[in-house]
Amino acid sequence: MATMTIAKALNEALRKALETDPKVLLMGEDIGKLGGVFRITDGLQKDFGEGRVIDTPLAESGIVGTAIGLALRGYRPVVEIQFDGFVFPAYDQIVTQLAKMHARALGKIKLPVVIRIPYAGGIGAVEHHSESPEALFAHIAGLKVVSPATPQDAYWMLQQAIDCDDPVIFFEPKRRYWDKGEVAVDAIPHPLHAARTVREGTDLTLVAYGPMVKVCLEAAAAAAEEGRSLEVVDLRSLSPVDFDTLQASVERTGRLVVVHEAPVFVGMGAEIAARITERCFYLLQAPVLRVGGFHAPYPPARLEEEYLPGLDRVLDAVDRALAY
Amino acid sequence: MSVKSTAAKPRTPRAGAGTRGGVKRRGSGGEPELVQLLTPEGERVQHSDYSIDLSPDELRGLYRDMVLTRRFDAEATSLQRQGELGLWASLLGQEAAQIGSGRATRPDDYVFPTYREHGVAWCRGVDPANLLGMFRGVNHGGWDPNENNFHLYTIVIGSQTLHATGYAMGCAKDGTDSAVIAYFGDGASSQGDVAEAFTFAAVYNAPVVFFCQNNQWAISEPTEKQSRVPIYRRSEGYGFPGVRVDGNDVLAVLAVTKAALEHARSGQGPMLVEAFTYRMGAHTTSDDPTRYRLDEEREQWEVKDPIIRLKTYLEREGFADASWLTEIEAESEALGKRVREAVRTMPDPDTMAIFENVYADGHALVDEERAQFAEYLAGFEGGH
Ligand SMILES: Cc1ncc(C[n+]2csc(CCOP(=O)(O)OP(=O)(O)O)c2C)c(N)n1
Repeated sequence: MATMTIAKALNEALRKALETDPKVLLMGEDIGKLGGVFRITDGLQKDFGEGRVIDTPLAESGIVGTAIGLALRGYRPVVEIQFDGFVFPAYDQIVTQLAKMHARALGKIKLPVVIRIPYAGGIGAVEHHSESPEALFAHIAGLKVVSPATPQDAYWMLQQAIDCDDPVIFFEPKRRYWDKGEVAVDAIPHPLHAARTVREGTDLTLVAYGPMVKVCLEAAAAAAEEGRSLEVVDLRSLSPVDFDTLQASVERTGRLVVVHEAPVFVGMGAEIAARITERCFYLLQAPVLRVGGFHAPYPPARLEEEYLPGLDRVLDAVDRALAY
Repeated sequence: MSVKSTAAKPRTPRAGAGTRGGVKRRGSGGEPELVQLLTPEGERVQHSDYSIDLSPDELRGLYRDMVLTRRFDAEATSLQRQGELGLWASLLGQEAAQIGSGRATRPDDYVFPTYREHGVAWCRGVDPANLLGMFRGVNHGGWDPNENNFHLYTIVIGSQTLHATGYAMGCAKDGTDSAVIAYFGDGASSQGDVAEAFTFAAVYNAPVVFFCQNNQWAISEPTEKQSRVPIYRRSEGYGFPGVRVDGNDVLAVLAVTKAALEHARSGQGPMLVEAFTYRMGAHTTSDDPTRYRLDEEREQWEVKDPIIRLKTYLEREGFADASWLTEIEAESEALGKRVREAVRTMPDPDTMAIFENVYADGHALVDEERAQFAEYLAGFEGGH
């Protein structure tokens, strides 16, 4: 068991993948000598060469489009998009090509492409560096979408994503990159698309993923001091969503609050609320509530602390749910 | 400011020709020749296609612009170090490219910058303090683009080249002779948007100048990772002229940009200018260039410093004496002080600004969320 940051765990996972499978390639802007702007690929070009850790021209559509071609030729490209807001030049390639090619080829070809995107806010950046576009990808059939919240998951989920024969959009919670945790490199990994109950409770279920898992755990700890028992489920996978684990939790608690940074309107929370309402209609003791971003552009850095769902907003929703 | 250019009537590009927009390539197959009017040693030279005739006052003006811009930039860098700004993208070393091109524009021309064009903003009359809002994190823009015909900074690489092209198409439709200039980096030249901007500009003969500041690096990636040919030659394939100018020579940049703008405004369509320059500092204050480039490279460029070069020339010609230079120093100190104070007293936005200006016409969902959030905050403040 080693202790490492999420950033280091991702770096180790990439190293392992490069070592294990000669077809694995890394592609992206500044991922070579610089090691990426977040240093996730630090040292990898030095050890695996420029042929496997490829600094690309500054063109996201080009990066994803050529990754598709490499995958068609039998490679397993792992693409780094520098920041969430810069995936959009590649969105066309991802949505119209990457997501649909397997189906169009009647299943005869596979597109094992991983697109790593540091996402969400909390680091005081300028615009386009703090967005949570996950719903835009989860909405697209043919893509799998995941987001780890811990070093352990970062380590295993990235390797599982690379092993996966489908395109995976891998959202990395950038403000958690420097959070430390235990990583069992020999453990049998949790299935990539399974949610995980990370704290048990009886009064209400908080479900989150990526950067908000930590906030929900803190909220549960704070609520415990007031005598409330909150369960926290880390969704881990956003497409597919492990509704069984979530349903089982809601069956225990009777109440659900969904928390994410992305705008609430037409977001992941809406989908989760609708499905859980269908599955648990008769036992829900309160409507499923959502806590998340507003229908507004991600604000300038000096406002992000107020924009981002924090402990208070989560607990406020908990109060409202428990008041029903 | 009078700039006489013999290149006001540009030639029609010919495929495979040895010259493009006044640039001659060396027979040796080495680096292309730069348009240069002032050598690194500060000596005035002539160029067969581009000439310039400036009064001592105008020359002093360019020097003042560059010194003040550098001072402003240095102030912003130190404000970032002191925690007053979240980030800063320094233009150190690129003063001539920006002042030369910025001073080539007319008030009715329109400028589409990327995020490093502080010197161009200065030429357009944008208050330097306004440039700092987005880097401090109090707004995403901070000025009215139409006040100075200087568009907002654009962070997504290359996007603005298309906006510039569309704007130029509009100018042409309106029958004005205003021209548009779009700034972008060598790295940005790889973006699909830039290729599409070239296509549209060429097809619609839009009066737009594409001004690429090739500062040699796109964060850690050298220009060679973006292109196999010098960037100015990209225009060839689209059918419009391209020219490489010494980006550290303010006179050459002014002459070439002026000619390119005249080319555009006279109905001859787009032109690409590559200002060959160097980013002396880090990409931004978050970057660590020691990971990817050598100090020697910077040292080689230091001797080409655009400000020293002009100063040498001014002194040699007797256009600038010690007392005038001291005045400029004092003025730049005052600018630094003013900017520092402006930043330190810049108010944080009101929380409810989150919901401001999301739509021009209003939107029910925004209204609902604004009201809910206000209520939430009120309950919280009231001892929730
Ligand atoms: C579409 C997009 N991809 C990536 C980035 C991140 N990024 C910001 S600046 C930069 C390098 C730009 O280099 P260049 O175009 O040469 O301009 P310079 O900063 O050197 O002036 C990168 C990769 C971005 N802003 N937009």
